[in-house]
Amino acid sequence: MTTGLLIVQILNGLQLGILLFLVAAGLTLVFGVMDFINLAHGVQYMLGAYLAVTFVSLTGSFVLGLVLALAAALVIGLALEFLVFRHLYERDHLDQVLATFGLILLLNQAVKMIWGAAPLSVPVPAFLAGNIALLDGILYPTYRFALIGAGLAVGALLWFIVEKTRTGMLLRAGASNAPMVSALGVDINKLFMIVFAFGTMLAAFAGAMAAPILSVEPGMGDNILILAFVVIVVGGIGSIRGAFVGALIVGLVDTLGRSSMNDLLRLFMSAPSARAAGAALSSMLIYLVMAIVLFVRPEGLLPAKGRS
Amino acid sequence: MTLKLSLSLGAGLLALGIASAQAQEPIKIGVVSVLTGPAAALGQQLRDGFQLAVDKMGGKLGGVPVQITVIDDELKPDVAVGKVKSYVEGSKADFVVGPVFSNILGAIAKPVLDSGAFLISPNAGPSTMAGKACNQNFFVTSYQNDQVHEVLGKYAQDQGYKRAYIIAPNYQAGKDSLAGFKAYFKGEVVDEVYAPLTSMDFASDLAKIASTKPDVVFAFLPGGLGVNFVKQWSQAGLQGKIPFLSAFTVDESTLPAQQDAAVGLFGGMTWAPNMDNPQNKAFVSAYEAAYKIVPGSYAMQAYDAAMLIDSAVKAAGGTADKDKLRAAIKKADFTSLRGKFKFNTNGYPIQDFYLVKVAKRADGKFQTEIAQKVFTDYADPHAKDCALK
Repeated sequence: MTTGLLIVQILNGLQLGILLFLVAAGLTLVFGVMDFINLAHGVQYMLGAYLAVTFVSLTGSFVLGLVLALAAALVIGLALEFLVFRHLYERDHLDQVLATFGLILLLNQAVKMIWGAAPLSVPVPAFLAGNIALLDGILYPTYRFALIGAGLAVGALLWFIVEKTRTGMLLRAGASNAPMVSALGVDINKLFMIVFAFGTMLAAFAGAMAAPILSVEPGMGDNILILAFVVIVVGGIGSIRGAFVGALIVGLVDTLGRSSMNDLLRLFMSAPSARAAGAALSSMLIYLVMAIVLFVRPEGLLPAKGRS
Repeated sequence: MTLKLSLSLGAGLLALGIASAQAQEPIKIGVVSVLTGPAAALGQQLRDGFQLAVDKMGGKLGGVPVQITVIDDELKPDVAVGKVKSYVEGSKADFVVGPVFSNILGAIAKPVLDSGAFLISPNAGPSTMAGKACNQNFFVTSYQNDQVHEVLGKYAQDQGYKRAYIIAPNYQAGKDSLAGFKAYFKGEVVDEVYAPLTSMDFASDLAKIASTKPDVVFAFLPGGLGVNFVKQWSQAGLQGKIPFLSAFTVDESTLPAQQDAAVGLFGGMTWAPNMDNPQNKAFVSAYEAAYKIVPGSYAMQAYDAAMLIDSAVKAAGGTADKDKLRAAIKKADFTSLRGKFKFNTNGYPIQDFYLVKVAKRADGKFQTEIAQKVFTDYADPHAKDCALK
């Protein structure tokens, strides 16, 4: 593998990691602070993408469409919180899993009824179209650089909010010991709603940002949800820093594994068997990483303080 | 009073009598298609294409009213078997038309054929049922699956390309696809990639393509996989630089999402919406008027399936005599939207195959268009394993 190709693959890994981080950050907060398993989180990613399709084509501007999509996603998220999730916080995990799984089926079908079953897309905004030339004349799409940049900016903003503001302090406290925070007189329901709104926005942002490079289709959130769960298990439940590190690890391992496993195995075996084994191995690589992390550090790499 | 009553009663009875004399026993047709999940866009085309033909004939096929039951197979073989079995047993169906996917066909073929109904597949054409497992009551109005991939292999070979990069999803149909391509392409395969079926981002594969610089890329990436690949292909600046051949990757079901990114890319098919014959022009404009999208091969083949049934029922004078009906179906005496169409001994078509190219129409919609003929009167090689004559 040449240096140029390696750089491109690392960028690809970073970009997948950033996308995963945006989804996993909300998931880990909701799970960590509210002890609520929200399988429907992936659906919010999908909704973000679909809303972006609608608003970008309505307004003709990517930025304006993105802002409107985020606002609409927030409204839908809050409505869901009010109508469904609020009644599940006190229930046990099995009830939450069942109810939110039902919500996945319902919303996937609803999306299909509204937007149709065929995949849709959002055009890359004109000011981010084109490529940037890297070493060896290998090109890398400008939009993907923008996606990495936007993800890092959101990550920095999250870090600031969680580490430096009063709300963030309550969040961290809630992730460590929610009943104690409540006992200290904090309106835990309001805190939950903020957390939830935040998570929804992040997932919708990820979906909307992914829409120009990925196909927008019913069920697109289901795949990313599984990866997001891997991320929060690797990173440590309830920890934003953990989600960040976990997402980058999963993104890089998955991408580099897929691109180099064949060549690696070809050193030891014949081309056809390397191909078969490479395809199988590279798709299970991240789950191997998760299993190893669970074995060595069951609480994840960077768990929220006070959780065990 | 009594007179009035009995008169009106008599009139009523008379009306009933007339009605029952008019109502022939309808032809019962089960349309099995995938209508939920990511593949539903294909299944809807199948269902709508068939319905369009029936509507055009005034709700009759061969002059006999039809009773259509649409069955959603959910792309789950176990679900499909259960639903189809209870349908064919409960309703004494004459025909079952469907499905889109070969694995569903494998599941429903036995219960349908055991019930005595004719099974007409408007899309799935597995090699097994073309060869040893062929059946006298099983007909295909699409193609044998391998043939579409072979079109691109043949074209790549004819063009004199030396180095090919080929990619497909990591499942049986993906392996069959690349094998089909390699059956005709004799040059060097620089890389043969099997991507996970859940792949979303092909950036790492595209980076490899950009650095290995093959003469040609062949991809079999159906549905959302193809949408992602083609969009990212264009974003990576590869559009127009490396010839892109594909099967089921750029078609009318994916073009609304791929749009400009797909223009100029090649596929293989037996037909395209711009095929120049009067029946096809009428079909495309009627389909677009009814469903607001450009029809793809799924709709075309289902439409042809309805026309096939129409011709056979007409020739056999109904559905009562199965042997007569079968002989009439084998004749394929209908005007196909493809122009030429005839059946081989195994119930699969013998027909022409084309290289098709994606183009943007004057009205801003996207469609595939015939670029050149690759195979003429192409029959699948599995027919020799079929015992039917």
